[in-house]
Amino acid sequence: MDIHEYQAKALLADFGVPIPAGGLAYSPEQAMYRAAEIGGDHWAVKAQVHTGGRGKAGGIRLCRGEQEVWSAADEMLGSRLVTNQTGPRGRGVYRLYIESVVDIEREIYLGFVLDRETERVMLVASSAGGMEIEQIAEDDPESLIRVVIEPAVGLQGFQAREVAFALGLDASIVTEASNTLLACYRSFRDLDATMVEINPLVVTADGRILALDAKMAFDDNALFKHQQISELRDKSQEDPREMRATDRGLSYVGLDGDIGCIINGAGLAMATMDMIKHSGGEPANFLDIGGGASPERVAKAFNLVLSDENVKAVLVNIFAGINRCDWVAQGVVKAMQDLDIQVPVIVRLSGTNVDEGRRILDESSVPVITAETLAEAAEKSVGAITEEAMA
Amino acid sequence: MSIVIDETTRILVQGYTGRIGSFHSEEMVEYGTNIVGGVTPGRGGTTHQGLPVFDTVKDAVDATGAEASIVFVPPPFAADAIMEAADGGLRTCVCITDGIPAQDMMKVKRYMRRYKVEKRMQLIGPNCAGVISPGKALLGIMPGHIYKQGEVGIIGRSGTLGYEAASQLKAVGIGVSTSVGIGGDPINGSSFKDHLAAFEQDPQTRVVVMIGEIGGPQEAAAAEYARDHMYKPVVGYIAGLTAPKGRTMGHAGAIVSAAGESAEEKVDILRECGVTVVERPSEFGSTVGGVLSRSS
Repeated sequence: MDIHEYQAKALLADFGVPIPAGGLAYSPEQAMYRAAEIGGDHWAVKAQVHTGGRGKAGGIRLCRGEQEVWSAADEMLGSRLVTNQTGPRGRGVYRLYIESVVDIEREIYLGFVLDRETERVMLVASSAGGMEIEQIAEDDPESLIRVVIEPAVGLQGFQAREVAFALGLDASIVTEASNTLLACYRSFRDLDATMVEINPLVVTADGRILALDAKMAFDDNALFKHQQISELRDKSQEDPREMRATDRGLSYVGLDGDIGCIINGAGLAMATMDMIKHSGGEPANFLDIGGGASPERVAKAFNLVLSDENVKAVLVNIFAGINRCDWVAQGVVKAMQDLDIQVPVIVRLSGTNVDEGRRILDESSVPVITAETLAEAAEKSVGAITEEAMA
Repeated sequence: MSIVIDETTRILVQGYTGRIGSFHSEEMVEYGTNIVGGVTPGRGGTTHQGLPVFDTVKDAVDATGAEASIVFVPPPFAADAIMEAADGGLRTCVCITDGIPAQDMMKVKRYMRRYKVEKRMQLIGPNCAGVISPGKALLGIMPGHIYKQGEVGIIGRSGTLGYEAASQLKAVGIGVSTSVGIGGDPINGSSFKDHLAAFEQDPQTRVVVMIGEIGGPQEAAAAEYARDHMYKPVVGYIAGLTAPKGRTMGHAGAIVSAAGESAEEKVDILRECGVTVVERPSEFGSTVGGVLSRSS
């Protein structure tokens, strides 16, 4: 789960990470009030959206004077911010964070991630702050400092100091910098994060350390431990289809194609999508309905897949392991009778009681196209769309 | 022979008396698995499905001589159950539970290292379908009837895609020595590489099929292992050609977040290492059939 910058900063500040003075605004008036509250005469008005690349896309405006803050906020609120990471629809801007602008002496990249190679939390830092980590890895890999953290004891003071010195920080701020690294690590560990990124962490002209930006992501499987994190979810930042799926306990990822997919199991779902691609089609979504495949679940899945207007055919591929194909077939028939489905539906069943399942589909009055193999199912789905287009 | 389990392996069920544990225990016994009892804290001294229930893994091991366990404990308590298994002296633990926090798994892996290599338990999973040695024993949740006994070893992350592969093999008359599900989580127990090494030593196995997916470094490491340390041919498939970068595809671990983790990149690495690539997921049967006939 992702959260906003202002939320991440509040969490990190609780662990002792220094952040600039700032406040949240939902309206231009509130933005102006926040600016006055913070004081000074130079503010950043920052769109709160779940994506990177905000700065380049106009999501961060530097303003002199409260009137400029008002105008920037007025333009940004309600707009959609399109960055290199959002896709063409972009993300809606409904919240702004107003922050005092500081004089920066240098920028540092700081990140904590779960490293799958070592199966440990890894600290990554670079003196090339402000750039995206992928860019640093490409342009300046020599500048990357990596520290693998032993889970039994956590990040140690000497490791944090080594990083601070390796970044070339002045001895006078090494303690402050290493305390900041230790605080970030504690937040990662205590809140079951999967990513904490401060880019940039800056040294100000007057010699302080400040987290100028902050991003945190959390392990969905650990949210049961952290009610206060679950409450930070902002549904306005999610794809509406994916949000509906999450709320129904289904796993869904929307894509740009036109063949809707309803499959049990994540691996089989990905493989079925690959097969569609090999057959010359494009999948509209990833959807894993889990092991059960009860009539209710199948009906929910149809509703979800058909809520995507691009879908011109639906491919159902169920491998019945613990459950049985005849039950799945009954579920498909029931769902199709109850829902008004206007596109061709291709069903491929395999596993337990497959013959009985196919018989139920064949003898039903619902217009399903059946397929025996994975290849046949994908070809028939692509073929059904071509036929519809010609008719 | 087979790897991990056979009909003699003495097995405990952790989370035995719950709905899911009970259902799958019956299925496993019906398949011929040698289940010797179960563990449900607070239910020690009772019997369930005609077998003894114990409060702790240690009690169960002392009383039954169990060698392996299968875990059906819910996600918040599963890491604890795995560590109890490791401490109880079991050789193998299969964890079916889906949804264990990644940092809990990090602690489990760290904890298991406190035992010397020769005493260290092998963890399989979590979030996996388990292990089946067709015709001998089932330590998992897969439908036994789709597997034919034979000479092909299978290692995969996904349950149903593994079933698809096994049933394609059966349809062309090819059987399986053992099929192992290593699970779809980012931090898991045994790796592709661990089981490749075991299959290389197993006299029943002639070919190994590795069913991977996007995300993580394990498939690449396994391909390099196959190139450097194996005589037996390895066949590989990587799911997720159409998966967009940075999105989690169902399995918590199926996400492309670093270089080398996409399906295309992994397929290239497999090829470079001499692994025979299954081009399309409909071609498990024909590809493995071809490799078997060439290697005979």
